[in-house]
Amino acid sequence: MQHVAAATPAAAGTHHEEHAGFWRTYVFSLDHKVIGIQYMMTALLFLFLGFTLMMLMRWQIAYPTKGIPGEWFALLPAVIGVAALAVGVYSKRRLTLLVGLLFGGIAWLVWWMVSDEVLFPEGIMLPELYNSFGAMHGTIMIFLGVVPLAVGGFGNYVVPLQVGAPDMAFPKLNMMSYWSYFVGGLVMLTSFFVPGGAANSGWTSYPPLADIATTGQTVWLFGMVFLITSSLLGSVNFIVTIVQLRAKGLTFMRLPFFVWAQFVTSFLLLLAFPPLEGAAILQLMDRLAGTSFFLPSGLVISGQVLDVAGGGSPLLWQHLFWFLAHPEVYVLILPAMGIVAEIIANNTRKPLWGYRSLVYASIFLGFMSFIVWAHHMFMTGMGTVISTFFQTTTMIISIPSVIILSALIISLWGGSIRYTVPMLFAIAFLPMFGIGGLTGLPLGLAPTDIHLHDTYYVIGHFHYVVAPGTIFALFAGIYYWYPKVTGRMMNETLGKIHFWGSLVCMNGIFFPMLIQGLAGVSRRLYDGGAQYAHAQNVLQWNEVMSISAWALALFQIPFILNFFWSMKKGRQVESDNPWGATTLEWQTPTPPPHGNFTSIPEVYRGPYEYSVPDAAKDYTPQNVP
Amino acid sequence: MANSSSRLAHQFDDLLQQQEASNLGMWAFLATEVLFFGGMFAAYAVYRSLYYEAFVAGSQHMDVLLGAVNTAVLLLSSLTVALGVHAVQRGDNATLTRYLLMTIALGSVFLVIKGFEYSHKYAEGLIPGIRFTLEGPNHVELYFILYFVMTGFHALHMMVGIGIMTAMIIMTRRGRFSPEYYNPIEVSGLYWHFVDIVWIFLYPFFYLIRVHP
Repeated sequence: MQHVAAATPAAAGTHHEEHAGFWRTYVFSLDHKVIGIQYMMTALLFLFLGFTLMMLMRWQIAYPTKGIPGEWFALLPAVIGVAALAVGVYSKRRLTLLVGLLFGGIAWLVWWMVSDEVLFPEGIMLPELYNSFGAMHGTIMIFLGVVPLAVGGFGNYVVPLQVGAPDMAFPKLNMMSYWSYFVGGLVMLTSFFVPGGAANSGWTSYPPLADIATTGQTVWLFGMVFLITSSLLGSVNFIVTIVQLRAKGLTFMRLPFFVWAQFVTSFLLLLAFPPLEGAAILQLMDRLAGTSFFLPSGLVISGQVLDVAGGGSPLLWQHLFWFLAHPEVYVLILPAMGIVAEIIANNTRKPLWGYRSLVYASIFLGFMSFIVWAHHMFMTGMGTVISTFFQTTTMIISIPSVIILSALIISLWGGSIRYTVPMLFAIAFLPMFGIGGLTGLPLGLAPTDIHLHDTYYVIGHFHYVVAPGTIFALFAGIYYWYPKVTGRMMNETLGKIHFWGSLVCMNGIFFPMLIQGLAGVSRRLYDGGAQYAHAQNVLQWNEVMSISAWALALFQIPFILNFFWSMKKGRQVESDNPWGATTLEWQTPTPPPHGNFTSIPEVYRGPYEYSVPDAAKDYTPQNVP
Repeated sequence: MANSSSRLAHQFDDLLQQQEASNLGMWAFLATEVLFFGGMFAAYAVYRSLYYEAFVAGSQHMDVLLGAVNTAVLLLSSLTVALGVHAVQRGDNATLTRYLLMTIALGSVFLVIKGFEYSHKYAEGLIPGIRFTLEGPNHVELYFILYFVMTGFHALHMMVGIGIMTAMIIMTRRGRFSPEYYNPIEVSGLYWHFVDIVWIFLYPFFYLIRVHP
């Protein structure tokens, strides 16, 4: 499989397309690095928006009867927006101006909604709006935030560099992938303004509810088609790049683990998303053409029998949806594990423990993730035989996850650890993902799932995996690769404030969810359970969680400041390899020019040769003979 | 050779690598397509097992002969695509153009026949949501809507394929292809064969159920 053809001189001499003008260079660029940055900035904005929706919802949960102080929620994005605008005008930078306008847009959106007397009568959120925010929080965070950041952002920027390639295999496809994502994001944003508001049937869009929901659901489905197309184009590109464009000598077993993680992730996206695209189209037909794919016979709504042909199966949607959405969970976590592995190896100054086990475990994980989906459906009455099958596969899939986590923890042992900001986030990832993973086991067993299904326990479990898990790994990746992208380091003090604040607040938000869930409090209650007797003993946690969420927002300010301030004023790197790393992305100029490498790299060794006895330095880059 | 090295994109070492990359890319894309249709075939399987009588009754309204003609037309078009790839490997671009034109013609014949079938269905009132008058077994609508969605998406893929083949003819006329460089023809051919194969499944699933009641 390894590509061994000799390089022709043509490859080295054709990288000079730099004088291409603003639009070609920054907007419709074909360069994987620019596309990666576009993905990253867009995804970070969407993460902020999704988080803002949740902050509004958390007011409703903590204080269901008090009016919302909307100006406070619009204040944070407004301040950031005005600051960015001022800096943009002062330094005449179009991109900063754009960022300012976008944050201003978020502030205006929040203000516009909160001061609307229909949506917020006397400042209290309508239940319908709460549902819609919940659905859009999930959609935005997963499909517009984390996946585009982890795969589109880091994958695009880092993978071609780490495999020693001048670009992705299909640059035009890469650009189409970003713009398809961008259009999908715009469509999702538009849905807030259609009659009835955005989609409000949960991010899972279960029929029959989703089939009869307001127009927002139709817009959601159209948006999903764009987002799925974007992911499919991206995954085709990653697979071909990793298989075909590896540098000479870079065998599969010499690939950095991050590349392996992206490789497996691409297969998951490639194979899991298309059935959902089909299912989304069938649901669109139900909503627009009056068909009944997912509408059963004799459905009664508000006391009236629904006038449809019927005969459809709502369970079919759940199967098609979770056939995507369970692999999607591993799409969320695998790139995060890849980032953490890179940073741990680099900051412990020793090779990863069990590199081969990590690789085989992630391949096995990818394979198993396609046959566990129905553990989300134990409560649907699909039968004990099927439940037994899926709870068995679910227990089996926990094995590779534990192998990966254990290998990463053992990698710390005996290392001379540098507690840099990326390393802090990477270390915190381990116990946080550990809690997230272990709390998942009771959900994977049908008998315990009966009690825990659709409670806050599920929310706590999932968010432990994704928020202090994946998002911490993504922060780690930003701090780690920032000097490669900009040529400047991010500030360590601000980074540490960001880290410790986020760590405390994340646990303040998500741990009480596990407690509430064990007490049986259901998810998706717009008053946080205030009207249920069994919830009364754990209601006091709602306020703790909400205050933690708002504090978490405040602790993102040092990050946002750091992110923009360091671009111009951060400490300049002394060399192209400030962390003393071994992988190929650090063997390029900083920032890497169009075409990436000044000479065609050749690889002679494995990815993590740190502290090799008798070596000249404590790290030996892969391209050193 | 100067002609073909200018076809080499900067991220590839040589033409062989570029060709392998674009083939792999097309195969990966076809894998997504298999699963895209696979989701709908799963829906078909579920509803056919739930409402078998309705599916048998629905398939009575299919024109088996027109379907068979269309199957033959598509198989023939796959042959002309394969012969086209063979021609460009020999450097015979005039023959390549001829085969590509024949492929487009056959694809268009398929779509025209499909169009006649659709309009018959409309005349007979068999289009759920638009005009449906059939009094059949319970949930016979599901059969017809699956028929229209799945063959509709197949026809959409055919139209895209005809567009691609048109672009290939334009590129051939501009002298873009040579025995050293012809991978756009090759991957377009892969796509065309795939669309052909989807029909090979659709035809028995919708037209031939009644043979084994």
